[in-house]
Amino acid sequence: MKLQRVSSLVKKELKKTIREPAVLFMIFLFPIVFVFAFGASFGGVGGSQTITYNIGVVNMDHGYSVNASQILLTTLSDTKILNIHIYADNQIAQNDLSQGIVQAVMVIPRDFSQSLASYQAAPDNPSQWTNATVALYLDRGSLVATQAVPPIIQQALTTITDQNQQAPQSPIQMETASLVEVKTTSALDFIAPGMFTFASIFLIMMVAQSFTQDRENGMMKRIRISPTTPTEFMSSQIISYMGIALIQAALVFAMTYALGFRPNVGMLTYAFVFILVLIFSLSNVGFGLITATIAKSSGAATGLSFLFVLPQLFLGTFVGASLSSGAQVAGKFVPSYYVTDALTSLFLRGAAITSPTLLLDIAAVSVSCIAILAIGIVLYAKYYKI
Amino acid sequence: MTESAITIENLTKQFEDKTALENLNLQVTKGELFGLLGPNGAGKTTTINILCGLIKPTSGTAKVCGYDVQKETLKVKELIGVCTQETAIYPYLTGAENLELFGNLNGMNKKALKERSKMLLNKLGLVEDAKRIAAKYSGGMKRRLSLSLALIHDPQVLFLDEPTVAMDPQSRHAVWDFIKEQKTQGKTIILTTHYMEEAEELCDRIGIIDHGKLIALDAPKELIAQSRVKNLEELFIKLTGRTIREEA
Repeated sequence: MKLQRVSSLVKKELKKTIREPAVLFMIFLFPIVFVFAFGASFGGVGGSQTITYNIGVVNMDHGYSVNASQILLTTLSDTKILNIHIYADNQIAQNDLSQGIVQAVMVIPRDFSQSLASYQAAPDNPSQWTNATVALYLDRGSLVATQAVPPIIQQALTTITDQNQQAPQSPIQMETASLVEVKTTSALDFIAPGMFTFASIFLIMMVAQSFTQDRENGMMKRIRISPTTPTEFMSSQIISYMGIALIQAALVFAMTYALGFRPNVGMLTYAFVFILVLIFSLSNVGFGLITATIAKSSGAATGLSFLFVLPQLFLGTFVGASLSSGAQVAGKFVPSYYVTDALTSLFLRGAAITSPTLLLDIAAVSVSCIAILAIGIVLYAKYYKI
Repeated sequence: MTESAITIENLTKQFEDKTALENLNLQVTKGELFGLLGPNGAGKTTTINILCGLIKPTSGTAKVCGYDVQKETLKVKELIGVCTQETAIYPYLTGAENLELFGNLNGMNKKALKERSKMLLNKLGLVEDAKRIAAKYSGGMKRRLSLSLALIHDPQVLFLDEPTVAMDPQSRHAVWDFIKEQKTQGKTIILTTHYMEEAEELCDRIGIIDHGKLIALDAPKELIAQSRVKNLEELFIKLTGRTIREEA
């Protein structure tokens, strides 16, 4: 493979991206404008179809005259909204929370029953109460969980302390540090991971158009006549579009940052996010090649590319965040779903790069993207030669 | 004995139910300017595409400068330059950038590429527009740029597939002069054209191909004399029963 050929083709592709107004708009301006418009105006998910949440419970309550923690858990289960998972160890519960296995973790303190008993013995004398705090950790990657779970638990606590709404005080407080943090940021935090995924999806259309146009105007033939090998040509295309995806991700990040997105992650995580976006771009090149194989003209390629753009867009990015549960299941068949999920785990759930869920997402993204790219290359080479 | 630049032996190409070439035999010597004429669909472009390694023949062999086009395709591609029928240029690159790209694809070093590029732009009247985006060129300028892309790496064998189509008379004569100059430099040139006067003016020998078969082969003057016609146009009609622009 001759580097001179690959680099000159990469340069050519980048010049095309900058100089062709339609390409420039579709690749860079459209995602930025869309992210800006969506990020600035999106106010919440709304209309969610999810009706149950998985809640991890670490019960440290020692009990007292009454087993208040058991009453609390029964009350929560009776809501039919929460699925309770009991954990013996807080660390394991936190680990599952960071991977999205549960949407919240509630830690019941050791003096919970004692606190309730002290309240029931002297409801009008706060000086006699034993104060206790129920810690609630929420999945910051789920807007629905952060909005829905705390009121349910608060309602259950209110029920078991037998308070009416006018009661000014209670010995049992619920501390939701995660929720407080979430409330200081905008809904943008929840859709930002999907935005990173979103930008690169339109590469499908650009790849399909580029290949069909080069075929139509005889450039593909001209390149085939030159000593450029198919490997050199394909490598140049993949490198070009990966580079474009990288620029897109950087621009989208800059835009989301400007809108207030400040994930609490280090440089390593950022580097990892960009690598993930690069891997994801391979699937878009692959889908673009499949489209170029089917399409007879560049006009047809534009239309046909939506066969791949729309599922990736609606089932795997922020656009589909509030879709039905059925659509969310379908999302598991598109690579963008795993990219968004991995980015959500990294940015919002604070998951480590080596956590099992993240590794699973990365494996799914890598395998599917490489497979789609390979299928694209094989199909295109079979019908049109490279 | 004169050295052969192109050797075609029993070349046949079958496209599903259509025979594009049938047992074609042809030799073009080094330094010769050979005209390949024929009606549309006669098999001219198929012949060139096989010689460029773009398509595989159904049977037979073809060699360029002694290299088998099927077995030593990469070597053949290093030796040839092709000006395709289409005006194949990247419209979003400047003229100079188009030349630079194809020079790089042909593995030229920077210095040689710069010199060759400058010379071609000068010869083909594109110097002043070298830094303009090719999309803004006139039709004739685009054709000249397309021709220069085929020549950037100074190939030994040139395939010019209707190089002057859609050019104004002035541009056409400039290209003719350029083709003649290439011949004086010892290049082997295979020219396909619809312009009979172009073939008469430029070619040492011509081959007329129809329905995939070579039906006449000689120097233009010899063919005209042998067939007792006034010019190549008449000869063409006499041999094929059609004018050159009619569909096969």
